[in-house]
Amino acid sequence: MLRFILRRVLQVIPVFFGATLLVYYLVFSMSGSPIDALSGGKPISPAVVAQLTSQYHLDQPFIVQYGIYIKNLFTFNLGTSFSGRPIAAILANAFPVTARLAVFPLAIEAIFGVTFGVIAGLRKGKLFDGTVLIVSLVVIAVPTFVLGFLLQFVVGVKLGWAKPTVSSGAHWLDLTLPAVVLGLVSFAYVLRLTRTSILENMNADYVRTATAKGLSRRRVIVTHILRNSMIPVVTFLGADLGALMGGAIVTEGIFNVPGVGNTLYKAVLAGEGPMVVSIVSVLVLVFVLANLLVDLLYAWLDPRIRYA
Amino acid sequence: MTEDSNAVDGAGEDGPVNIDTATGTPAEGNFPSRRGNRSAPVLQVRDLSVDFGVDKEWVPAAIGLNYEVRAGEVLAIVGESGSGKSASSMAILGLLPSNSRVTGSVKLNGREILNLSGGKLRQIRGKDVAVIFQEPMTALNPVYTVGFQIVETLRLHNAISPDEARLRALKMLELVELPDPEKAFKSYPHQLSGGQRQRAMIAQSLSCDPKLLIADEPTTALDVTVQAEILDLMRNLRNKLDSAIVLITHDMGVVADLSDRIAVMRKGVIVETGTAEEIFHNPQHEYTQALLAAVPHLGEGTDGNEGVDVTAALAAAAHAELESVDAEELARREASNKAALVLTKAESVQTLGQPVLELIGVAIEYPKQGRVPAFRAVEGADLSIYPGQVVGLVGESGSGKTTVGRAAVGLLPVAAGTLQVVGTDITHARPKDLRNLRQKVGMVFQDPSSSLNPRLPIGESIGEPMYLAKVAKGAALQKRIEDLLDQVELPRSYRNRYPHELSGGQKQRVGIARALSLKPQLLVADEPTSALDVSVQATVLDLLQGLQRELKFACLFVTHDLAVVDYLSDRIVVMQRGRIVEQGTRDEILRNPQEAYTQRLLAAVPLPDPEKQRERRELRAQLLAVGEE
Repeated sequence: MLRFILRRVLQVIPVFFGATLLVYYLVFSMSGSPIDALSGGKPISPAVVAQLTSQYHLDQPFIVQYGIYIKNLFTFNLGTSFSGRPIAAILANAFPVTARLAVFPLAIEAIFGVTFGVIAGLRKGKLFDGTVLIVSLVVIAVPTFVLGFLLQFVVGVKLGWAKPTVSSGAHWLDLTLPAVVLGLVSFAYVLRLTRTSILENMNADYVRTATAKGLSRRRVIVTHILRNSMIPVVTFLGADLGALMGGAIVTEGIFNVPGVGNTLYKAVLAGEGPMVVSIVSVLVLVFVLANLLVDLLYAWLDPRIRYA
Repeated sequence: MTEDSNAVDGAGEDGPVNIDTATGTPAEGNFPSRRGNRSAPVLQVRDLSVDFGVDKEWVPAAIGLNYEVRAGEVLAIVGESGSGKSASSMAILGLLPSNSRVTGSVKLNGREILNLSGGKLRQIRGKDVAVIFQEPMTALNPVYTVGFQIVETLRLHNAISPDEARLRALKMLELVELPDPEKAFKSYPHQLSGGQRQRAMIAQSLSCDPKLLIADEPTTALDVTVQAEILDLMRNLRNKLDSAIVLITHDMGVVADLSDRIAVMRKGVIVETGTAEEIFHNPQHEYTQALLAAVPHLGEGTDGNEGVDVTAALAAAAHAELESVDAEELARREASNKAALVLTKAESVQTLGQPVLELIGVAIEYPKQGRVPAFRAVEGADLSIYPGQVVGLVGESGSGKTTVGRAAVGLLPVAAGTLQVVGTDITHARPKDLRNLRQKVGMVFQDPSSSLNPRLPIGESIGEPMYLAKVAKGAALQKRIEDLLDQVELPRSYRNRYPHELSGGQKQRVGIARALSLKPQLLVADEPTSALDVSVQATVLDLLQGLQRELKFACLFVTHDLAVVDYLSDRIVVMQRGRIVEQGTRDEILRNPQEAYTQRLLAAVPLPDPEKQRERRELRAQLLAVGEE
């Protein structure tokens, strides 16, 4: 078990270097000089250009620039943004917001998705099952930004039940609407996945065995069917956690959430290479950790892969 | 002499004389039901009918069944797939899916239990009536330990503490003769072997001392030697526990080994009931007779092959003396065996020509995949097949027999040694070189359902190899497809049907036609009949044998079933753990098996004849005892 975790953690190393190298290269090859972007296109003196060039090592070849960047990264020196704020501080502000905005919808989709999926699976072909299937199809079919604007307008503006936009502090309550929007789509997937998985497991031989032992229907469902059915669902939830931590650019945009998605979007538009790469580096780490978490959960749920 | 051995062997079919009954040797454990016969039946089934709702219509699965089982008695319900044997037994405990309808009466110790309410039924399930299911891998929950699952059953029906339940579970695991009960308790199902899993399943079923045990094909998924062990265990337990047992099976050998009374089912109806002796020696219904005739007997004489008394051969090899057989009688049977062996040796010295398949010191590896290291499945295999010869390759799961079959058609690379097929050395052949070779080698696969493309009409499946090899086109191709359908005895009109419209046996006929379409010199058949019912298996084997004699192709027949090999093969090759342990002509292997493994394998094959099975069982116990010394 420990070796399994260790091996997975060691996998972070190549993934981390591969991803940062790729992103650094993409930013490096973006058209336009970073100095132009910094100066906002205004003419600046050659002396300043020279000073900035050496400060940001812009005269060095790509691989040296990347090396210097990595060296700084490991000394926790992420550098400053073009606006002069330390990148570390910007990240420290954005990530907690996004973390809240990831956990909130994840909880929504896990709790409601699994519950509804189990009920639908157990009552296949009944009214509840049919309704839930149609609703989830509609949710999947409607694009997120339509759903976002709609909820913002109806619930936030017309009814006034929740704040239509998020204040700079981004408290849990403020995040209700964007969290619901983010959670809805995945909720539909989780529901359908759970339902299918339950249906598949309900006819399994071991379920018949459990029934033949004299267990109550409730115990058969909770102890025997549910745990086996959760295996694919957990995989999906884990992948979704990674995606949510990457920030939801559209949803954060609609509700004006000061999260990672928004920050990354602005940095890309401004051509702020170091900022983009820093955010991506942290995201890579988050992704890998989320995946590790899934694998551990997976191994706990399914002993067959525990020692593989 | 021939007549003698036939009389002994054919006793099941036509010979009224039976050694044991004639000599009056007392039979151990054969009539435990005598004791039970006086008592009231544990299970009494009256007019039990089961219907399944399909497309808003009731389709009967079982019609008006009547039977009873007493304490300490084993009732075997025998039938082929679709006979309703499983459905009717599951109906007793209400374990059928919701689209079913059950009528009639089922009384457990005089109390009606059919259509009981949920709570009352649950009290009976697992406590009064327990079930052993067919496939222990899927019948046990993969995510819980064996111990957890047994404790769950125990604590459900008994008011005991977790510690007490644990102790009782360990005791049960000991009772089913698991080598390390503590370890088994903590193991997940996938960590146990097939036989151990079935033992764990039995331990769970017996944990609450059920009055009735329903065993649904308890040994079907297991190797013969493991099957023999499980059957031994069940016989011991039956004598120890005094429960009534309903044994559901399609295997006449298993039936002969374990049952007191037999009910034969066909298409939802019990066509015949009787004691084991009555059914095996004097079957009344024609279906029972046909079923018994279709079961391949190991050592049974077929046209071209003389009958062999395997029990006597094994007794000679093991220097065993049997209680159930008179010493003189056994000596006589051994002598006739030896004489026949000398006779066949003289016959078999003849020129055979160039081998069609030749393996010299062949090792086959499954290459390394990620962190899974390369696995050497076969090591040092020497094997030759000459034109027109049928070689049976036997072994248990994991012995490497299928691997050899696959390598012979170039589907697996050879790691060492040389492999020649139809005069070509394919040891280092590249995939391109193999293309020509594949036209000379045909292959029939195990599962006819999954080895035919479901979206192609069977005519196209049969014609595809010829089309690809450019041997026939247009009208000539169509003609050839029709000829092939004639050869495998399928109507020509079937050519436009899709695989799902055919029965299992018909699908396998298509598989054979496809394999023979290019007139191969070598046919590799990988367990072609193991997915089929016995009566279907018999017809497919007949067909294969007829075609082989007509077309004279060489055949490598891979199977786990010794009786099938015996029926078809000129030579027999026995594999164990990746090595060929013994090979020889059919007579050499059956009449004079040298290797301990071959002897054990032969002794484990159940005989569809209660008396002979008793001899065989005693012999097997002796062989195992010798092995342990």
